[in-house]
Amino acid sequence: MAGHRFCPQYALLRAAIARITAFPSACSLSGQDLKRHRMVSCARVSFLGLFVLLCSFLFCPRTFAQESPYIVTYDHYLEEPGSLEMEYFSTFGTQRGGNDFHAFWVEFEYGATAWWTTEFYLDGQTTFHDSTLFTGYRWENRFRPLQDEHFINPVIYIEYEQISEADKIIKEVEGHDVESDHGDPNAALRQNHNHELEFKLLLSKTFKGWNVAVNPLATKNLSPNNPWEFGYAVGASRPLALKASPRRCNFCRENVIAGVEMYGGLGDTQSFGLHDTSHYLAPVVAWNLPSGWTLRLSPGFGLNDNSHRLLLRWGVSREFSGFGEMVSRLFGGSR
Amino acid sequence: MKMNIAPRGLPALLTLAMAALFTLDVSLALAQTENSAVPKTHKWDYIALAKVPEKARAKRNPLENDTDAAAAGGKLFEQHCAECHGIKAEGGKKGANLRAEQVQQATPGALFWILTNGVVRHGMPVWSKLPEPERWQIVMFLKTFTASAVPKSCPVPE
Repeated sequence: MAGHRFCPQYALLRAAIARITAFPSACSLSGQDLKRHRMVSCARVSFLGLFVLLCSFLFCPRTFAQESPYIVTYDHYLEEPGSLEMEYFSTFGTQRGGNDFHAFWVEFEYGATAWWTTEFYLDGQTTFHDSTLFTGYRWENRFRPLQDEHFINPVIYIEYEQISEADKIIKEVEGHDVESDHGDPNAALRQNHNHELEFKLLLSKTFKGWNVAVNPLATKNLSPNNPWEFGYAVGASRPLALKASPRRCNFCRENVIAGVEMYGGLGDTQSFGLHDTSHYLAPVVAWNLPSGWTLRLSPGFGLNDNSHRLLLRWGVSREFSGFGEMVSRLFGGSR
Repeated sequence: MKMNIAPRGLPALLTLAMAALFTLDVSLALAQTENSAVPKTHKWDYIALAKVPEKARAKRNPLENDTDAAAAGGKLFEQHCAECHGIKAEGGKKGANLRAEQVQQATPGALFWILTNGVVRHGMPVWSKLPEPERWQIVMFLKTFTASAVPKSCPVPE
């Protein structure tokens, strides 16, 4: 395999993977032992994974990311093919009739092709004076149906999510989502899980440096007798400078993109409209560093009494190029 | 409306997440194992140039008198394009050789159109997310290869 010639640790690493992931036959262990063995193996895998992740951050290639500043809204640009973007986001939210919270999520975004991007999310939250929870996961896919740039560029968004009602990342607002939904203690909220499919039509246009994006959305809870829920997100943004400077710099204006986004719910099929819905307006800013890191900040303000008064969001992300090729090589491919 | 789910799904989910993380980590660690910049030219590499509309082809580069444009374009090329097209634009496994005659003979307007629209079906994404002046700066940089030499002011790594 090609990797051996270039990396002497490659064979050792493969042997380690084989050893760590080797389970004894299910017949040779009792149920309890098998469970314990799996837990130990899982712990080993995670420790090794974290170790390799830390090491790889020092050595792996990265690309300068020209990321949009939006946190809720999507424009029509997909991840570059073969690139992986890892992102961490935090949301601090105020809560009337309950405790304030800090919700967070990790996002792995991979450009499968130039017309398909897939993302995996892991969500969690800490409610002050209460507890910290893992609240669920999401799998998101975005497809670009048209090849060239058009006056308006559509992208189709499909997401499956399995999250508990304690999830507070508020990555989108839909139906009659309101602030009071998050007021109960975590112990009560975590009991209920939702399986949902979410569809968005991402419409976006970039003109003279300005990007304008509009995202209508529809969500269906997969358990029976639930109505379709609707929502929206709109955003506009622009880099602070449209021409690049010839020198490599962190603080050039072209590295900073600022804008604003607005999002909220539109009711459901049984009661469509703005009553009992929440809405937010949020300035957004992204700073794309030449080192491959992107920092984002967005203070969001509730626009009516059903909304959290403040959702302060920030995020950090980094893009790694050639990820698909690396994985392919790891499994013996020559792509 | 809500479904109660027993917490037994969580360990399986965590295992899945760990496996995903592990695959990711190992892959990233192997990032330096091989230099994949083996130029390969596919027949579709330059076909897109023939599909550029006449109006776009005739467009002039508004930065053609900007002395810094090629240098800035070189920086942008390194940041956004070199991963596929090679650090010296010589082509890679994924991207075409941009020093090739077909590219160098193309008009600035045609290159700008390709940058803006991409060749999505063949893996090149659209780059309209870069502001227009930045795309023209990249075109200026690409045109420096016409004379088979890169100006000293262009920051192309050795």
